[in-house]
Amino acid sequence: MNFKGTHIVSVRDLCREDIEHILDLADGMIPIARGEKSSSLMKGKIMATLFFEPSTRTRLSFESAMLRLGGRFLGFAEPGGTSVKKGETLADTIRMASAYSDVIVIRHPQEGSARLASKFSDVPVINAGDGAGQHPTQTLLDLMTIRRETGKIDGRKIALVGDLKFGRTVHSLTYALAKFDTDLTFVAPPSLQMPPEVVELAGQMGARTQLANTLEEVVEEADVIYVTRIQKERFPDEASYKKVANVFKIDLDALENAKKNAIVMHPLPRVKEIDPEVDDTKFAAYFKQAFYGVPTRMALLGLVTGVLE
Amino acid sequence: MKELKITPIKNGTVIDHIEPGMALKVARLLGVPDPDAHSTVSIAMYVKSGKMKYKDIIKIEDRELKKREVNIISLISPNASIAIIKDEEVIKKSRVTLPKVITGIARCSNPNCITNKDEPTETEFTVLGGREVKLRCMYCDRLVDDIIESII
Ligand SMILES: [Zn+2]
Repeated sequence: MNFKGTHIVSVRDLCREDIEHILDLADGMIPIARGEKSSSLMKGKIMATLFFEPSTRTRLSFESAMLRLGGRFLGFAEPGGTSVKKGETLADTIRMASAYSDVIVIRHPQEGSARLASKFSDVPVINAGDGAGQHPTQTLLDLMTIRRETGKIDGRKIALVGDLKFGRTVHSLTYALAKFDTDLTFVAPPSLQMPPEVVELAGQMGARTQLANTLEEVVEEADVIYVTRIQKERFPDEASYKKVANVFKIDLDALENAKKNAIVMHPLPRVKEIDPEVDDTKFAAYFKQAFYGVPTRMALLGLVTGVLE
Repeated sequence: MKELKITPIKNGTVIDHIEPGMALKVARLLGVPDPDAHSTVSIAMYVKSGKMKYKDIIKIEDRELKKREVNIISLISPNASIAIIKDEEVIKKSRVTLPKVITGIARCSNPNCITNKDEPTETEFTVLGGREVKLRCMYCDRLVDDIIESII
């Protein structure tokens, strides 16, 4: 597809070829993202970063991507003190920002806000997370991590572990992985297991899916162990949270029977899901994963503004 | 004399083959009864019907349905048919068809959906057919819990 002017709201709007094209371009951006090579690809372009809720990690990653490409940015890191706080509609904020910029990056606490923004913007909108909704750049950087750290996505056995029920980004990732030839195992306590409609749709899309209750059942087979945050708020009390958190904790013991080349991923920030003792092993891909956010976002910024094809 | 279950109308609309038991809900969504209108409205429920065993029927004098109203009927009674009557003759009769997308008819049941805030936009839903009609919000992706309750 021709990306120029395209809004990136949900990864479901992208087909497999689109995703692979983005990842190919992102690969080429790595030396620029590392600062080893300079670029003026986005010179003269302005990115508006509109963060209606704070997300330092995502915002810095976008801003780093834009600066590394020679572009500039304006915007806000949280709505305090802006006209947004004074009751301006999202539609009006977007109309204003689209008059001042070449691309809008929006983070918003409400679901559907990025779709709404795309209707009122004259410039492309990139969704940087809307409430419990979509977070397409997270999904793309996850895919980039799997592709680079294991060599390919097709044929991979991927275990998704943790809170699979409420973590909507893990749903987006599931749909995206289902566009490839993958084996997906959903590892969660019954109360946090992947919603049946997500499992069903992923299956219809061609992924082989299965459910598991413990990590031991899958650790020998998995090429990728994707760990998500388990949030305390999902549990009635501290004790039941701790019980679950301990069962799904990734440490050296849990990885004892893992494949030699397996990788462990996590969207970060982690709480206690992965023990720091894993950090220095070759399993740990989560810091690289965070870094891949920069080249992924560079590729997207270049594509939607039309400086890349 | 044979007793008529439901009297014919002279001019107006007949909504036939409504899912049995749904006529009062359909009527309510069409704004019936309307305190300002005094045309005859007949509602029959659980009428024996060959095809679907039972059906409901609504006849409204002096009224033609708007596209929006036909869409609402299709969502809660996808097998309904609508006949327009002029001078006691059926001048047009058609089955309702499910639209692919509906705009501005329903409210999203996700309280955190941006369409439930004060934004200058109408709701939009993808209509999913199948045994039971479902609506998926084009903004937040959630399915509507109860279509009848969600209609604005
Ligand atoms: Zn919605």
